Amino acid sequence: MTFVIDYLALAPELVIVATMLAVFTLDLLLTRPNKFWTATVAVAGTALAAVPLVILAAEGSTRSMFDGSYVVDEFAVILKGVFIVSAYIVLLMSHHYIESDRYYQGEYYFLLLASVLGSLVMASARDLIILFIGLELTTGPLYLLAGWRKGDAKSNEASMKYFILGVLSTAILLYGMSMLYGLTGEITFAGLAQTTADLADEPAVVVALFGLIVGFGFKISAVPFHFWAPDTYEGAPTPVTAYLSVNSKAAGFVAFLLVMYQALPGLSDIWAPALWILAAASMTVGNLAALRQTNIVRLLAYSSIAQAGFMLVPFAAAAVADADLAEAFSATLIYLVIYAVMNLGAFAVVIAGARKTRSGEIAGWAGLAQVDTRLAVLVAVFFFSLAGIPPLAGWFAKFAMFRSVIIAGGAATVVLAAIAAINSVIALYYYARVVKSVWLDDPVGEFAPEAEAAPAGSLRLALLVAVAITVVIGFFPAIATFVGDASRVIASG
Amino acid sequence: MELFETWALTLIVFLPLAGVLLLGLVPKANERALKAISLLVTLAAFAVSVGVIFRFDFSGLPYNTYQFEVTETWIGAINANYHLGVDGISLPLLVLSTFIMVLAVIYSWNHWEEPRNPKAFLILMMILATGLNGTFVALDLVLFFIFFEVVLLPMYFMIGIWGDRTPRLIPGFGREVQTRLYAAIKFFLFTLFGSAFMLLGFLALYFESGNSGERTFDIPLLTELGASGAFTGTFAFLVFGAMFLGFAVKVPMWPLHTWLPDAHTAAPTVGSVLLAAIMLKLGSYGFVRISLPILPEEATRWAPAIAILAVIGIIYGSLACLAQTDMKRLIAFSSVGHMGFVMLGIATLTDVGINASIIGMVAHGLITGLLFFLAGSMSHRYHTREMSRLGGNMKLMPVMGGILAFTAMASLGLPGLAGFWGEFMSLIGSYNPLEGLSLGVFRTAMVLGAIGTVLTAAYMLYLLQQVNLGEPGEEWQGREFHDVDRFEATAWVPLIVLIVVIGFYPKVIFNSTTDSVVSLVETAFNAETTASLGRGG
Repeated sequence: MTFVIDYLALAPELVIVATMLAVFTLDLLLTRPNKFWTATVAVAGTALAAVPLVILAAEGSTRSMFDGSYVVDEFAVILKGVFIVSAYIVLLMSHHYIESDRYYQGEYYFLLLASVLGSLVMASARDLIILFIGLELTTGPLYLLAGWRKGDAKSNEASMKYFILGVLSTAILLYGMSMLYGLTGEITFAGLAQTTADLADEPAVVVALFGLIVGFGFKISAVPFHFWAPDTYEGAPTPVTAYLSVNSKAAGFVAFLLVMYQALPGLSDIWAPALWILAAASMTVGNLAALRQTNIVRLLAYSSIAQAGFMLVPFAAAAVADADLAEAFSATLIYLVIYAVMNLGAFAVVIAGARKTRSGEIAGWAGLAQVDTRLAVLVAVFFFSLAGIPPLAGWFAKFAMFRSVIIAGGAATVVLAAIAAINSVIALYYYARVVKSVWLDDPVGEFAPEAEAAPAGSLRLALLVAVAITVVIGFFPAIATFVGDASRVIASG
Repeated sequence: MELFETWALTLIVFLPLAGVLLLGLVPKANERALKAISLLVTLAAFAVSVGVIFRFDFSGLPYNTYQFEVTETWIGAINANYHLGVDGISLPLLVLSTFIMVLAVIYSWNHWEEPRNPKAFLILMMILATGLNGTFVALDLVLFFIFFEVVLLPMYFMIGIWGDRTPRLIPGFGREVQTRLYAAIKFFLFTLFGSAFMLLGFLALYFESGNSGERTFDIPLLTELGASGAFTGTFAFLVFGAMFLGFAVKVPMWPLHTWLPDAHTAAPTVGSVLLAAIMLKLGSYGFVRISLPILPEEATRWAPAIAILAVIGIIYGSLACLAQTDMKRLIAFSSVGHMGFVMLGIATLTDVGINASIIGMVAHGLITGLLFFLAGSMSHRYHTREMSRLGGNMKLMPVMGGILAFTAMASLGLPGLAGFWGEFMSLIGSYNPLEGLSLGVFRTAMVLGAIGTVLTAAYMLYLLQQVNLGEPGEEWQGREFHDVDRFEATAWVPLIVLIVVIGFYPKVIFNSTTDSVVSLVETAFNAETTASLGRGG
């Protein structure tokens, strides 16, 4: 065992830790009117964490620590980049929201950064223990953050539901992992990959896999493990919801796929059909439920369940068809990256729009275009992008998904592709409903006056970043395929 | 002039998009500048497309050679390229598209439907222009798909914002909504449903092309593969079916047409014109450019089915027209019938039939475009489209009535006007379809199609009788109506002239199309062609 620590490779994590501590200390020292400095430090620290990432990316080498349990390769760097950028956008979204409602600012940023740290660790994890720690560090702070609006019963409910179901699923996940360890004596992915292939006939493996699928299924809110999501999303403060639906979901996804792909490819006969069902059910149930929503955040909650289904499709299809998993992996990652940006954008728009319309109901947004064209254009951009309409980034996510399914071949995958195709049409209907309300309907209620409702500078910046990425990737999807290519590191190593 | 060769198509496609940026900078209140920019941009695109005609090589290049080609890497990882080009088949449609767009801008000059907002409307029009022009020149399936889809958003907003505000009952839901809302989302959902499957078809082709070299989305390469028999069996059957769904919704073919009457009727005038004149052609163009050459064997398998659906469309569309009371809705249904002739021509898989379909597309674009302009202008003045109330228009607005009579004649296929050739030749084509196709089916189709032409005449004359003839109703007594104004005249006269020119001298179109079509039929179906049209003979 060698314990050489590669400080450059760990630099992003270290920067985030330092920022966390700085935020925490500052919060103790500052008086109430000056608390906004905690936010500034958090934003700056997150931006700073991107610097070592850029250096690592430019270098392009693979750095491995702790006997291969902690790896910083191109794949990990890209993922960390995604986590950092989306955390950055969430922080920008939070700033005004948290400040204006007089929540505990210092603690908020401390917890949020802790969660970001967890997702960074997770991206590098190549054994079950580190993966578990990373994943739980990502989720843990969110139990608290979901209940941040203490005076609001809904927020309490959100936190409670999330916590109880989350802990339950974590227990099941851990159970599955320990079964795996018991069966093989291995915790590293590489070790597991070598030993599990012979275990396909072992009944206990099925139980272990079941535990993993339930646990991860909860993290990514796939049907039938999605029941917590709509209530939690609705009750939690909107920036936290955005974080839940993007970062924490992405972290869950990456963990899920890493384990299945790197550690358990030999058992794909067992987990592939389960994934197929998860994908088909998530898409269909998520979409159908979304059709009935009247609250915009609940709509986004169900939409994110459906989107999780779409993201699972490539992997499920490839595994069922016994085809090249590398293609599927890259398709899912491309989807994840694009989804992260446009979904964050959608939430940022929801925050800005709710301020303007004083309503979280879709009907309450009617006629927004007549008072604020710019915001209305952004609504159209993000919601149609989520629906996958060209030339907005979402089209390429869907495209990459369909492509990998078709490449996998086979009857079961064609059926899955058809289900996905029909679902993307259903999805359009409810996304378009929001756009319809904003653009086509006549105003029903009073809008907040400009002075009071103008989005704060940080929120504007968040919107700008998100919309720029959404449009640019839409026209030049080659940028997104770069992410997909990075995943081949995993495939070859 | 090398520069022109490489940049012409890119300019045609992206000039309107550049116009969007410019329009975005101009304040809402400055309507003059907004209109001037749009006019300039569309005129520039049109001028470039005319330039393309002049520098086009009409010397009978074989099918699958394209001119003004550009190839740039776009999405390297999946081998999708920015590949544009025109040939004899797409040239007339491209010019039609840039041309109609100019007229639409001119017409818009003083015709704004509620809630006005010219800035937004013009921006949408420019985006639409990019999508339409792009589809006709895209030579890469991904690029084609993108352009094909780009038109959805602007059209959705056009119908949804500026559309018809009368409430109507949604069948099955027992709820009343404004027509525009219902029509806009219906249009969007139908088209997206089709194109989702179309995309699956494209991807399947891409996947299968990997069996013979690198996987590709390139239309010319796929055409070569298709001609050499690379795509066969159940696979090809399904792929053709998937693409069929995408194109057939757009055409629209019976029974996937139900979005069309709603969308056309609800859309603002310019929206209906662009829908009818250009957008419907994307579907039929897709058949000619993609389905037939890449999957020739499947085309022969599917042809009878397409012919049957086409004929049903013709008859159904005509009968539906006869039952309409709303002038605009009648014209909308007439599109179903006319596009039925276009599809019948394509289904014959002969040079005559495909030539007929292309000239049919152009003619339908000109004639139905003009009809929608007229319907729009009339309802603008009368504030109703109910034909029973419109009688006596000829006395109130003689010029408008005259143009309407002329256009209706053109639409019913009067010899000497543009509409004649498409109908007539597609019937000839179906008398003698490609060898191997069931003569029984196609000759029956021909007979039914011929009955369809009679029905077409019937409903067009019915329209004229209801709207133009008779005495003006009491409600219009003592009211002055402003006859055709100069913007309307400027937009319509070029259309009238072209309808006559193509009617008398269809060679303007055949000159461009015949060689490509003949060569397409020969290479794809190894067929003897009659080669008796235009210069091909």
